[in-house]
Amino acid sequence: MASSSGPQTSRGRQFIAVIGDEDSVTGLLLAGVGHVTAPPNVTKNFLVVDAKTETDKIEKAFEEFINRKDIGILLINQHIAEKIRYRVDTYTAAFPAVLEIPSKDHPYDPEKDSVLRRVRRLFGE
Amino acid sequence: MSGAGNREAVFATRQSLGVMKSKLKGAETGHSLLKRKSEALTKRFREITHRIDEAKRKMGRVMSIAAFSLAEVTYATGGGSNLNYQVQETVKTARFRVRTKQENVSGVLLPAFESYIAEGTSDFGLTGLGRGGQQVQQCREVYGRAVETLVELASLQTAFVILDDVIKVVNRRVNAIEHVIIPRTENTIKYINSELDELDREEFYRLKKVKGKKHRDAEEAEKELRAKMAEVGITATDKTNDGGEGVPDILEEKEDEDLIF
Repeated sequence: MASSSGPQTSRGRQFIAVIGDEDSVTGLLLAGVGHVTAPPNVTKNFLVVDAKTETDKIEKAFEEFINRKDIGILLINQHIAEKIRYRVDTYTAAFPAVLEIPSKDHPYDPEKDSVLRRVRRLFGE
Repeated sequence: MSGAGNREAVFATRQSLGVMKSKLKGAETGHSLLKRKSEALTKRFREITHRIDEAKRKMGRVMSIAAFSLAEVTYATGGGSNLNYQVQETVKTARFRVRTKQENVSGVLLPAFESYIAEGTSDFGLTGLGRGGQQVQQCREVYGRAVETLVELASLQTAFVILDDVIKVVNRRVNAIEHVIIPRTENTIKYINSELDELDREEFYRLKKVKGKKHRDAEEAEKELRAKMAEVGITATDKTNDGGEGVPDILEEKEDEDLIF
């Protein structure tokens, strides 16, 4: 998974995937990022997470999205990223870019962001 | 670190000295080049981290505006879950897509995402047709801008990840050259020089010895010759007195001298 960095793997990555709560996903879908392939094998590039969604399912979706070759950016709500924090923190590949975004109910906390933490660590703060 | 252990296994010859000297020169050039590359990349890296910091804050603001806009839509259309469900079910193909382009920074290809709107009509033409159509439209625009910000941030983040890796590799090389290759080569050169000096001294001493020996031999031979001359002197003068016969005798004696020297 981490070996798939480098510019040559960036071709053909044209979609933005979302893992988020219902409102975030709806908003982003309204912006037009959603992509659903035609039946019989329907694959969505978004996952709606609510209070009942199990961590296993989130993690599985995360794995699926970071291994798909057509996804350039993976957006994930920060409070959901928090649930699979160990997985998000160990993800270091360049593609797809994993981006933690704030949600309606959970304001954005820069302290928890895996990338910002790396920035901080590099500059010794 | 300047022991005999830390050097390359070479024979101490002038040729390998030349090879080592050119290697040292190459290593120094490479070191300064790599150092400069690392500095350029680090400069870029710092710039990017600052921009990431800024963009993350901007994202916080933009997303809260977008969430507010969505709340408006929910209010206007009446009943959020209905809208959410409708949106999730009608979505088919992505209009908002990204493509990657590459930028070259000191020989490192940094990808950057660029968003574009794909051809075709929106899947949500009928969303909010009954109520709140205007709010839905507005919300789409707001979220479109928000996603653009996110795409920008994603570019920065990707560049950050790649630059981080590349800088690590370059710094490792710089350090390897500075702390391993250059001292090692210098040690080798020192070793070859000392060995060559040693050989020179040996050779000089040997020559001196040979010369001394030759000198001693010559003196001895001369003494012997003198003794012989003194012994044979009378006959020799006699022979010369006799006529041309004395000449071959002298030649023979000269030949002896030649052999000695």
